[in-house]
Amino acid sequence: MKRFVNLTPPSAGKWLLGLAPFVVLIIVYVLASQARLEINPADKLLPSFGSMKDAMVRMAFEPSKRTGDYLFWTDTFSSLKRLGTGIAIAAVLGLLIGILTGAIPLLSAAFSPLLTALSLIPCLALLPVLFIVLGLGELSKVVLIAIGVTPFIARDVQRRAREIPVEQLIKAQTLGANTAQIIVRVLLPQLMPKLINAVRLSLGAGWLFLIAAEAIASTDGLGYRIFLVRRYLSMEVIIPYVVWITVLAFLFDYLLRRISQRLYPWELAE
Amino acid sequence: MIAAKNVWKYYGDQTVLERINVTVAEGEFVTLVGTSGCGKTTFLKMLLGVTPISRGSLTLAGEPIPNEPGEDRGIVFQQYSVFPHMTVLENVVAAIGFSQRGVTGYLFGQDKAAAVTLSMAMLEKVGLDTATDKYPHELSGGMRQRLAIAQALMAKPRILLLDEPFGALDPGIRADMHALVLDLWREHKLTVFMVTHDLKEGFHLGTRLWVFDKPRIDPQAPEAYGATITYDLSTSRRSDADMQAITQ
Repeated sequence: MKRFVNLTPPSAGKWLLGLAPFVVLIIVYVLASQARLEINPADKLLPSFGSMKDAMVRMAFEPSKRTGDYLFWTDTFSSLKRLGTGIAIAAVLGLLIGILTGAIPLLSAAFSPLLTALSLIPCLALLPVLFIVLGLGELSKVVLIAIGVTPFIARDVQRRAREIPVEQLIKAQTLGANTAQIIVRVLLPQLMPKLINAVRLSLGAGWLFLIAAEAIASTDGLGYRIFLVRRYLSMEVIIPYVVWITVLAFLFDYLLRRISQRLYPWELAE
Repeated sequence: MIAAKNVWKYYGDQTVLERINVTVAEGEFVTLVGTSGCGKTTFLKMLLGVTPISRGSLTLAGEPIPNEPGEDRGIVFQQYSVFPHMTVLENVVAAIGFSQRGVTGYLFGQDKAAAVTLSMAMLEKVGLDTATDKYPHELSGGMRQRLAIAQALMAKPRILLLDEPFGALDPGIRADMHALVLDLWREHKLTVFMVTHDLKEGFHLGTRLWVFDKPRIDPQAPEAYGATITYDLSTSRRSDADMQAITQ
């Protein structure tokens, strides 16, 4: 008998093995839901798949009686716009700050301590400040995501920039490269896949800030909807929304990974 | 061309090199051998301009060696010498681009076409003309070093510094690389400094062989005295006796 650490699943069984916990979870949910609904058909805690489907059909394919919008899609669109804008701003700022402080010792000495201090601020605590200064509109939500994620991306890019072998930088100089050429031609291209990776890792935090901001002050968005229907214990809406957010998060992660593989084939070999 | 006068290098109490006095004429092929940690790479880095000297003077054509790397001194390291995100051709074209002014060093139009032609000629010379679209990680160790040498020569350096360039290669491939380096050295009229662990390689390639060693050792303070050039041989009069003396 092999040691337990040496046992590996056969390649065909790997999929099934990974799928099994999902199936078990769903079965457990269905059984628990049925048991509760048998005792009390009006139970709201564990809604049946049927009622979740009805709720989603209503949210996604029937216009809202009050506004005429298809709420599910307007929620999704609003949230993605906020998240996308915030993350994009953070990525650009983070790349700039990270690459400059990573490559240029003078800038690093001047700004690294500040960057470290800023990255330690729990930025949800800044949300009230943002609401006061920027108002309750879109701007404060986007800014929350941007300032929450930028320090993380900047520090990651900075560390990656310093990891690039000094031999390459010396080589570029012996070929006559100036500072700008070293940054644009040697550092930047090699940091792009690292940036995409940093964005992938920071999307989780991005969603957190988004939902927090929407929960507190918003009129639409996935986070807003979840916190709104909580008042009516509408688990049949909340659960599909949470699943949808999870699916979106997975999709972005997958897409970013594929983009990175496609654009930077040399990255894999390292 | 290169003149070292009483060059010392120390870090605090630790002396690495002491009393280096040499002159090297244009076109010499100097090989630097010695045990690990005897300062031969330190001396190469002084020539490169990344390690400042502590005392004495080190001049290139009468001027002190600049304190940063420059186009007149090419370098090939044992590894990490090429840009992993560029193909073989891009690596060499970039070398031409870097010699231009500007923010990016990208070349366009006629400049680019001319650079590609030049680069292809160089790649053909080093035997990489069939691998122009490959990335460095797809190349063997020997091919990567050929690329690194080709790239270094595009800047037309007067001095080529080689820091154990073949240390990680198989013996069979080394022989090919030796032939290539000697070829390029003659053709481009380079002055070469090459650090190597391999004494035979040093004798075979160099016109001049330097052995770095510590002439004085204080057992109470092994760091107190530094290494210096204990043998400075013209390899035209090489003999087995020399080789034996050095090995001891």
